[in-house]
Amino acid sequence: MRYFSPLMGLIFSLAFSTASLADDIKVAVTTSFHNSGLSDILLPEIKKDLGLDVHLLVVGTGQALKLGRAGDVDAILVHSRNAEDTFVAEGYGTHRREIMYNDFVIIGPGSDPAGISTAEKANEALAKIADAEAIFVSRGDDSGTHRKETALWQTAGQNPEGFDVSWYREAGAGMGATLNTAVGMDAYVISDRASWLKFKNKGDSKILFSGDPVLFNQYAYLPISKEKHAHTKDELALQLEEWLVSKKAQDIIGSYTIGGETLFTPNANASGGT
Amino acid sequence: MRDLWQGMIEAFWLIASFNADLYEIVLRSLQVTVTAVIIASAIALPLGAALAVNRFRYRRATISLLNALMGLPPVVVGLFVYILLSRSGPFGVLGLLFTPTAMIIAQIIIITPLIASIAHQAIRDLWASYHDLLISMNTTKWQRMRTLIWDARRSLITASLAGFGRAIGEVGAIMIVGGNIDHLTRVLTTAIALETGKGDFSLALGLGFILIALAIAVNMAIHAISRTERASTW
Repeated sequence: MRYFSPLMGLIFSLAFSTASLADDIKVAVTTSFHNSGLSDILLPEIKKDLGLDVHLLVVGTGQALKLGRAGDVDAILVHSRNAEDTFVAEGYGTHRREIMYNDFVIIGPGSDPAGISTAEKANEALAKIADAEAIFVSRGDDSGTHRKETALWQTAGQNPEGFDVSWYREAGAGMGATLNTAVGMDAYVISDRASWLKFKNKGDSKILFSGDPVLFNQYAYLPISKEKHAHTKDELALQLEEWLVSKKAQDIIGSYTIGGETLFTPNANASGGT
Repeated sequence: MRDLWQGMIEAFWLIASFNADLYEIVLRSLQVTVTAVIIASAIALPLGAALAVNRFRYRRATISLLNALMGLPPVVVGLFVYILLSRSGPFGVLGLLFTPTAMIIAQIIIITPLIASIAHQAIRDLWASYHDLLISMNTTKWQRMRTLIWDARRSLITASLAGFGRAIGEVGAIMIVGGNIDHLTRVLTTAIALETGKGDFSLALGLGFILIALAIAVNMAIHAISRTERASTW
């Protein structure tokens, strides 16, 4: 038993040597926001201005909302308007604050078998894919991108539930994994522009359709309500919100480019959220 | 194939350039898994010995169950630990979710049945030859277990190393309970999953080679320390 207490000391110090002294906050963000690389620019600035360590949990919108409901994060940054409104209405979020938007693009093999590059509107492009029964990979993970995709199919007069698996394939995975799948199958896929530009395994695939305003994608920041979860760091969450809508942050967001392309358009309303 | 080659080059440069992020996640991988293996061994080795020495009614069922639990799906363990540690769960007040501690807990659950099963097997074989001697010396059960654990130590090291092997390469559970947060809970396996998601296969492979090298280094170090396979020892 001589060795017992030093050993236990070692175990406990290994197991619990994680407490940090600086202020920190946990924010669940969507993969599309993180994959864009914008967070790598914003986090050091936040640390510099507010002295705040922001720990990002990179998940789909569905899981982000779930983490928020359970009180496991202090705020969420997501893009799915209907789900956000429900989240606030149910009292889990105090309010939603619009920060910026980006856009979705339709990616496909360079040969473009369904001929969507000549389409005028997003719903027309999707209808062409459905008519040609060209292979299409869906996120299928209840993320913001997946919900957007489902909504777009509906505007094209289609119901993805009834699609045949011979051409419509649900990956059930994050944006990156889904893009890997789509490139591997020479399939069509809907992605946010940022994730695609940063993606390194493009193969022969490229952006075949973009620019329709229905493809715009609004990001909103929702602090978790202290009434539901008393332990949330609501003051820090509000500080972070004020920083994100500040002129400085909005300028950083608007000037962020990859390969010369602007990815996000800041559109925060300085006077407050809804 | 090009990615494979690129991966090796990437691994070499990451190590050669003393990449700070790399060393951080390697150390965290080791911290989490070594802690989990120590705690799991402290539970599993006596458990294996107790199962070998004691005769009780549901012994066979207990051993079968333990063997079956070796195949616990990590994702399910992760989800289970998540629900327990979530702020809405029974242990939510501890605030352990998305910390290395949560990852250690998940790994302990995954590897304890594995270590206990292998330990039980090794100790049972030894018990067969020690049985008459230890009984005739009128030893207590506790003394028998201690003797068996000490004399089977080399087999038990293998049991713990098997647990280490499963834990260091595990990704499903620690992704859920750790969250793969940069500078907080990111380890080698979750970093590999992240880079694969970004389509950066060469970096992912590079990290994979480092993970394999790390596992080999730890195993060799343990064998060197415990002086196995030497002429004077068995």
